[in-house]
Amino acid sequence: MPRRTMVEAIRDALDVMMARDPRVVVFGEDVGYFGGVFRCTEGLQRKYGASRCFDAPISETGIIGVAVGMGAYGLRPVAEIQFADYMYPGYDQIVSEAARLRYRSAGEFTAPMVVRMPCGGGIFGGQTHSQSPEALFTHVAGLKTVIPSNPHDAKGLLIAAIEDDDPVIFLEPKRVYNGPFNGHHDQPIVPWARHPLGETPDGHYSIPLGQAAVRREGAAVTVLAYGTMVHVAEAAAEETGVDAEIIDLRSLVPLDVEAIERSVMKTGRCVILHEATRTSGFGAELSAQVQERCFHHLEAPILRVTGWDTPYPHAQEWDYFPGPDRVGRALRAVLED
Amino acid sequence: MAERIPLSLHVPEPAVRPGGRPDFQYLSIPRAGAVRRPPVDVPAHEIHDLAYSIIRVLNREGEAVGPWDPGLGVEAMKAGLRAMLKTRAFDARMMMAQRQGKTSFYMPSTGEEAVACGFQTALEKGDMNFPTYRQQGLLIAQDWPLVDMMCQVFSNERDRLMGRQLPVLYSAKEAGFFSVSGNLTTQFVQAVGWAMASAISGDTRIAAAWVGEGSTAESDFHAALVFASVYRPPVILNVVNNQWAISAFQGIAGGESATFAARAHGYGIPSLRVDGNDFLAVHAASSWAAERARRNLGATLIEWVTYRAGAHSTSDDPSRYRPKEESDAWPLGDPIERLKNHLIALGAWSEERQTQLRAEIEDEVLAAAREAEGYGTLHDGPKPSSAAMFEGVYKEMPRHLREQRQEAGV
Repeated sequence: MPRRTMVEAIRDALDVMMARDPRVVVFGEDVGYFGGVFRCTEGLQRKYGASRCFDAPISETGIIGVAVGMGAYGLRPVAEIQFADYMYPGYDQIVSEAARLRYRSAGEFTAPMVVRMPCGGGIFGGQTHSQSPEALFTHVAGLKTVIPSNPHDAKGLLIAAIEDDDPVIFLEPKRVYNGPFNGHHDQPIVPWARHPLGETPDGHYSIPLGQAAVRREGAAVTVLAYGTMVHVAEAAAEETGVDAEIIDLRSLVPLDVEAIERSVMKTGRCVILHEATRTSGFGAELSAQVQERCFHHLEAPILRVTGWDTPYPHAQEWDYFPGPDRVGRALRAVLED
Repeated sequence: MAERIPLSLHVPEPAVRPGGRPDFQYLSIPRAGAVRRPPVDVPAHEIHDLAYSIIRVLNREGEAVGPWDPGLGVEAMKAGLRAMLKTRAFDARMMMAQRQGKTSFYMPSTGEEAVACGFQTALEKGDMNFPTYRQQGLLIAQDWPLVDMMCQVFSNERDRLMGRQLPVLYSAKEAGFFSVSGNLTTQFVQAVGWAMASAISGDTRIAAAWVGEGSTAESDFHAALVFASVYRPPVILNVVNNQWAISAFQGIAGGESATFAARAHGYGIPSLRVDGNDFLAVHAASSWAAERARRNLGATLIEWVTYRAGAHSTSDDPSRYRPKEESDAWPLGDPIERLKNHLIALGAWSEERQTQLRAEIEDEVLAAAREAEGYGTLHDGPKPSSAAMFEGVYKEMPRHLREQRQEAGV
């Protein structure tokens, strides 16, 4: 089976969908001729023409606003925001418009659209190229929020997102674009070409939004993670020898609560991971869900390992990033109770 | 019923791409000295033509001509030459430092040094720039210590921003240099607010807003113009049109349909379009706008026509989207060469002195770099404290952050 990097898998998903469906249009800053600063749209303008893959002015509110209009017309826009950190000028269009159009027009108008954005840290990008704003989207009724951790899922989830009739925020953890970064920044990264999840079938396939994947089966503790943190969790489990069951959520809204419930009822313990800041992060929602659904099966308090509640620093990147040592400490701590 | 044609989308494309011959025919360049210089209290609607021309002072022969010739003294011009050379040498050294792994990232201003270095000559102590990431010349033109700037770039123990901020996103209040956010255009409107505050307070200080032509697409640009139009605060609204926003040529920002200077017309704000590679024109236009601001006549928008000769940043490779030779073909030339040639034409300078000055400056920059590296580089040597990461989020550190700092063990 062909292996692809996550960038190639995303590009392939766009290619497959643009070939299948003339309604799919792709645009964003530097997305056209240049092919995007992360190369996710390389070659698409040449193949499908400038009317279907083009550069946008530097206006995130414009990019997302025109996507709403195109979606309402009947197209399937896939907009790229160059970094999730640049999303804020377009936030009103996401929250007040895209997310509510179906509801407020009683289904007369809808905004089927995907907003792709690279997120997360680990690249010395400082506070403007490292953020993980997923909770700002999961809190909004009417949006779906997806975050793959590997090329195989990225392609299948992106195709599902494009085919979805509701607006989907598609977060791409940029630190795993080229390989499964596990938080050991001083070690070379294994390229996706040598990782089983680099395998991405050619052609069309989709992964339904709202289905988690078990990355590692285990009996001692359930780890809920998504994006880059899935790989950090795997490293931490291996290094501590803790028999953790690692669940890659893949989609935060809709959330696969059955998978979570099944695992926590089995292990009785739960550690939740995310790169984003802690207070009001998506981990708080997960923790509440686990408590509400599995309270009588829990043998220890639920723990969260997250980014600190500060803006993302530059020089202190590895003090900030919740790496395998911190995750490993939490895995051991939750077993002590 | 009338027959309807199928509609089609217009997507702007630059005249040439890699492999093609550079073509700047889209840019109509008047001869130096051709544009009139109106009084500073001219109503906006009487100078609409100035937004569609280009104010130029230095001609091909190196002479300063026309009504915008500021009559700058030789020493002031030498200082400008020195500032531009220093900015270029600083950029070259920091680009090299990034390639050597001493920092993560850098953004040069190569080719557009006259804009920041020339503009700073119109400001006074107490005025405030709200720069983008490509106005390092504002600091260097004030002889702000290079070591201080380099320590920020290296995120070392002497970094005044404590390692928190991405390289080149300086902050230097004392130098009238507002903290650079890194997000685009957000600060353009803040400059208007700062200027409004000066007016509210009965102060005499003025503000300068900065944005690139690509970022004029952001809504904050338009918000800034409407507030500047309504309240007439003492602010200069600078649009640096260096033709390229990463890979997007100026047409993607709307430059095909109107000039960026003309954006001001809908708001009734006087605007100028100026040769940004002509140090004397930059000084003259900046001084004109500053005088308007200081005389309480309100805002001025200036489009600086220049060219981003370098990469957008160390993460960028311009040869992927524009001809390599485009920079050499830029019709407004190189700002350093042009001012040098003028000084030589005046008999006040020579190629030998230029070579000597460049060597002196390169030595100065190298010495500064060595000193700054002694205080650490991003991955080597003394670093800012890890605890600094938790400080300054709030004035007083709240309990939850104290707990997190403890948990981090720093």
